[in-house]
Amino acid sequence: MEWETVIGIETHVQLSTQSKIFSGASTGFGAAPNAHACEVDLALPGVLPVLNKEAVDKALRFGIATQATINQRSIFARKNYFYPDLPKGYQISQLEIPIVEGGSLTFRVDGIEKTINLTRAHLEEDAGKSLHEDFLNMSGIDLNRAGTPLLEIVSEPEMRSSTEAVEYAKTLHALVRWIGICDGNMQEGNFRCDANVSVRRKGDNALGTRREIKNLNSFRFLQQAIEYEARWQIEQIEDGLPIVQATILFDSDSGETRLMRTKEDAHDYRYFPDPDLLPLVIDDDWLVTVRSSLPELPKSKAKRYQSELELNGPDVASLVSTLEAATYFESTLAEFDKKTTTAAAKLIANWMNGEIAASLNRTQKDFSECPVSPLMLSKLITRTLDHTLSTKLARLVFEELWAGAVSVDAIIKEQGFTQISDSVEIESYVDQVIAQNPQQVEDFRAGKNKALNSLVGQVMKLTKGKADPTQVNEILKAKLA
Amino acid sequence: MSLSKQDVKNAAALARIEITDQEVENALGPLKNVFTLIKEMEKLNTEEVEPMAHAQDISTRLRNDIVTERDQREALQANSPAIEKGLFLVPKVID
Repeated sequence: MEWETVIGIETHVQLSTQSKIFSGASTGFGAAPNAHACEVDLALPGVLPVLNKEAVDKALRFGIATQATINQRSIFARKNYFYPDLPKGYQISQLEIPIVEGGSLTFRVDGIEKTINLTRAHLEEDAGKSLHEDFLNMSGIDLNRAGTPLLEIVSEPEMRSSTEAVEYAKTLHALVRWIGICDGNMQEGNFRCDANVSVRRKGDNALGTRREIKNLNSFRFLQQAIEYEARWQIEQIEDGLPIVQATILFDSDSGETRLMRTKEDAHDYRYFPDPDLLPLVIDDDWLVTVRSSLPELPKSKAKRYQSELELNGPDVASLVSTLEAATYFESTLAEFDKKTTTAAAKLIANWMNGEIAASLNRTQKDFSECPVSPLMLSKLITRTLDHTLSTKLARLVFEELWAGAVSVDAIIKEQGFTQISDSVEIESYVDQVIAQNPQQVEDFRAGKNKALNSLVGQVMKLTKGKADPTQVNEILKAKLA
Repeated sequence: MSLSKQDVKNAAALARIEITDQEVENALGPLKNVFTLIKEMEKLNTEEVEPMAHAQDISTRLRNDIVTERDQREALQANSPAIEKGLFLVPKVID
């Protein structure tokens, strides 16, 4: 029996505002408990919510970036439930008319382009935090997070594997950071996913009963949780047991999902329009302003890099993976004239995806913090393009730059890194090596091509890597012929 | 729709209101009246009327994204029954 997994994802994206969505308290992370909880967040009598314009602005950025419909009149609703970290007894959210509807996200899985449609994205406030461990028969409540602005982004159930789900989440994560609406710090809970998972027999049209895995705050957990859950559901059905709609939790220690509550004891939220808040109206001018302030989106950049700069797919994918990387790439490229642009682009991509990515990774930095500036990298590449530096020497110069040096030309001069391209000089080294290695010379003449590599290596060693290996190769062959 | 005693009990449970059987009985009559009123209103033709989300036909005011509140934890926790290390303490809850 062939099974198909069906996945839809709801993501809570924390919008990067200074103050909360309905109050003037700070959203800063890591403050002392309740130091960022004001009267509105505590729901003291007589307080009223006033909507933060920046939170709305960020929701609009998302809607426009995903080609969604913006509802220019949206309303806020109360979602009622009792829990101590929700002092009002309800969460302000949006139900009937969310600010953003529709839209889509496109990404590649195993080289194939996949588009996932979005259902909606709505504004809401976060709840506080309950700490159950530290107190005897009591729970501690910290309301610093209460009222933090969230954009809940809901996808259609269009993903068919854990890999697709992870790619969707990664693409969404990159996008919200790219358009500057979320810091994307998953450890701090800036970006949390709930996955709705069901299974069905391949070819079936009807959806199976779904179970919702709550609060997955890493891509790895998202993948593990979906895989475990899909396997569990398939086994359940194959054993003739029913799937009951439920909310479940993923235990990252055991790698298993476990039941939180079933539909019978699901909350009845009794949504109704919040009388404390009037409808949110977005005029055309506001939309125009937001549209013009958005940076060029990754998809458009990727297309441009491929068509104008003749870069390949994998190279481009990493260049547009973050706004920092794309900005670094473009700043470096801007240092080259039209004639060398294409050649330079390929070399910049190689450096960025190779040496620089590795070094940044090692030091946990992003491209905006790279000690080798775009200007320095452009100088380094210029010196490779004009054959002053071999690839090997360029790497040595790069190491100096990474360690704090600033001028490529000064390093070349000081360290005597200039490539030897004078063939007479190389010939003298070649003669020396031939004289010192009669055995290898004989081997090569007897048809052992490997022996040549060893000889080339000896010449390179003698010149401290400053000769061009291709040139050495040619000279050696000519001499031994 | 006809309202049953169980409906009243469910509504009370959702609102965390403890209610005796006598109180359920007492509440049933007035609540039924509310539904009768709604039934009456449903007779009106509202096809041409746009749904309202609020009694006032104006849009919401917005504030700029500025932190205006300072830490007043001590004052705000002054009348809490139990606090520890800056946290509000409540009877243990595990969802």
